[in-house]
Amino acid sequence: MREHFIYLDNAAATRLDERVLEAMRPYLFDTYAVATSQFGYSLGIDAKDALDAARASLAASLGAGAEEFIFTSGDAESSNMALKGVAAALGEKKGRHMITTAIEDFPVLYSARTLQRQGFEISQVRLDETGRVDLDHLREIIRPDTILVSIQAANQEIGTLQDLDAIGAIVHERGALFHTDASHAYPRVPMDVRRTPVDLISVTAHLVHGPKGVGGLYIRQGTPLAKWMDGGFQEFNLRGGIENIPGAVGFAKAVELATPEETARLRALRDRAIARLLEIPQARLNGHPLHRLPHNANVSFRFVEGESVLLHLDLRGFAISTGSACFSRSLEGSHVILGIGGNHERAHGSVRLTFGRYNQDEDVDAVADALAEVVAALRKISPLGKEE
Amino acid sequence: MPLPYSEIVMEHFQNPRNVGRIEDPDAKAVEGSPACGDMVAVYLKVDEETHAITDIKFESYGCASNIATGSIITELAKGKTIEEAKEITWQQASEALGGLPPIKTHCSVLAVDGLRAAIQNYEERHGLVQERTPTDEEEIRRRLKHVMNPMVGLDLIRTKLVREVTLHEGQVRIAIALPPDHQFANNIREEIVEKIEPLWDVDHVEVEFVA
Repeated sequence: MREHFIYLDNAAATRLDERVLEAMRPYLFDTYAVATSQFGYSLGIDAKDALDAARASLAASLGAGAEEFIFTSGDAESSNMALKGVAAALGEKKGRHMITTAIEDFPVLYSARTLQRQGFEISQVRLDETGRVDLDHLREIIRPDTILVSIQAANQEIGTLQDLDAIGAIVHERGALFHTDASHAYPRVPMDVRRTPVDLISVTAHLVHGPKGVGGLYIRQGTPLAKWMDGGFQEFNLRGGIENIPGAVGFAKAVELATPEETARLRALRDRAIARLLEIPQARLNGHPLHRLPHNANVSFRFVEGESVLLHLDLRGFAISTGSACFSRSLEGSHVILGIGGNHERAHGSVRLTFGRYNQDEDVDAVADALAEVVAALRKISPLGKEE
Repeated sequence: MPLPYSEIVMEHFQNPRNVGRIEDPDAKAVEGSPACGDMVAVYLKVDEETHAITDIKFESYGCASNIATGSIITELAKGKTIEEAKEITWQQASEALGGLPPIKTHCSVLAVDGLRAAIQNYEERHGLVQERTPTDEEEIRRRLKHVMNPMVGLDLIRTKLVREVTLHEGQVRIAIALPPDHQFANNIREEIVEKIEPLWDVDHVEVEFVA
């Protein structure tokens, strides 16, 4: 580990907060029993109380009732469960059509692909160049046999926020269900299911300084959903298997610690970063300037390639991310940048910085200085961008 | 730290040799294109008598493998005759770099192609192309391997987009399995024409989008 390592990839994973670990500790070493009914032994009853309290607290953060929130192993499982669970519950009864976007994160993207192979029809709603859903197009393509519309709350790469209220209103008016993958938005972008017409919400602990391996799914009362995992009768008989009580407690603590004041601080870091990066010549912001995650900056630099930028930044002690094909295991450019009509070149030179609790103002200046130098150095050896 | 790159690759990536342009080159070539990602330009100065490469420079718009391979091939080629330099293979470049990750083959092959294309450019300019073998489908397909499908950054052959190649008396027709209104149709057409038309016995290239 480097002495001065500046981590700016908080949309990939976050550092666990010590206070979260302290909240979890008793459920690893003292109250480690399985959650039991009130007729069990006291250790199990205490465990059950902790699980219930965590559930109630997380549900309340969404304006939901405790019986509407179940724990999962993370956002990937939550989204798999939402799409495949609705497909299993309604595929025979109501219809086999779903709507999603081209820029969803992998759990929704690939769950939809799997369902497509199984005979479901998947439509993609049109997006504008910032990644926002075209609501008129959504109205056009939604049909009587549409069972589910799955549209993310915020984009994982370019940070664009969707208008969930407006989307949900359209979806409900047409009698379909609405799922949103909120793993990147929650809890920094406030959501309230009493106001927003949404039926299923995927959330995760690992992006908010909570532990990896725990997430949740909000399920509006009465939403048809097939049992996801056989086992015991845990999680309202939807997901069998012993409950991850330390994880659940840690998740609730992590969300409690993510205050609006902290979000405002991250927003200031983001704005400072975007302003500094756009000072570099031939740079453009990816995503929406206003409807944007409070902790996400994503900029494309022309004439340079992202993996080279990332490697140079790593050598200088910064962890950042890029949508370049060269960085991905598949050698495919970012499906997000391509999905909003960008070309391979724009994906190639895109750089994402995502901020978290342990970042300071100085980090923004340091990374902006480093990026300006590295981009200039790479442009110097690039055959592009020089006037003949 | 377990980076996928050898120390030599990292060293060349951080301090690329012979980088930049030669103002008055005897030959030059560009491989790749911005739409597809990686791109390499190679510039040569060649002694007319001995055919020795007296100076060589490269520019790269690409990933670490691309930059490091560009750097190493300039070192390998400098001082060699163009006949010798033509024989430099990707394997030799990769070996000189202490190995490259297999997934990065494409980006580094591009640099070797850049060197070969620059030498070819020199030969064409100086009337050194001796035997003119007639173009066949195989040669066209070989060249199409250097045209990228910008959606994924892989070549047209590998992504199975070339549906048909026909040639008849200097007229080449290439059918591509993409719709005519595809986002990158024009990009791809331009690149194909750029690669195929310089062939000595090709008069006209027609690219059709047939999906």
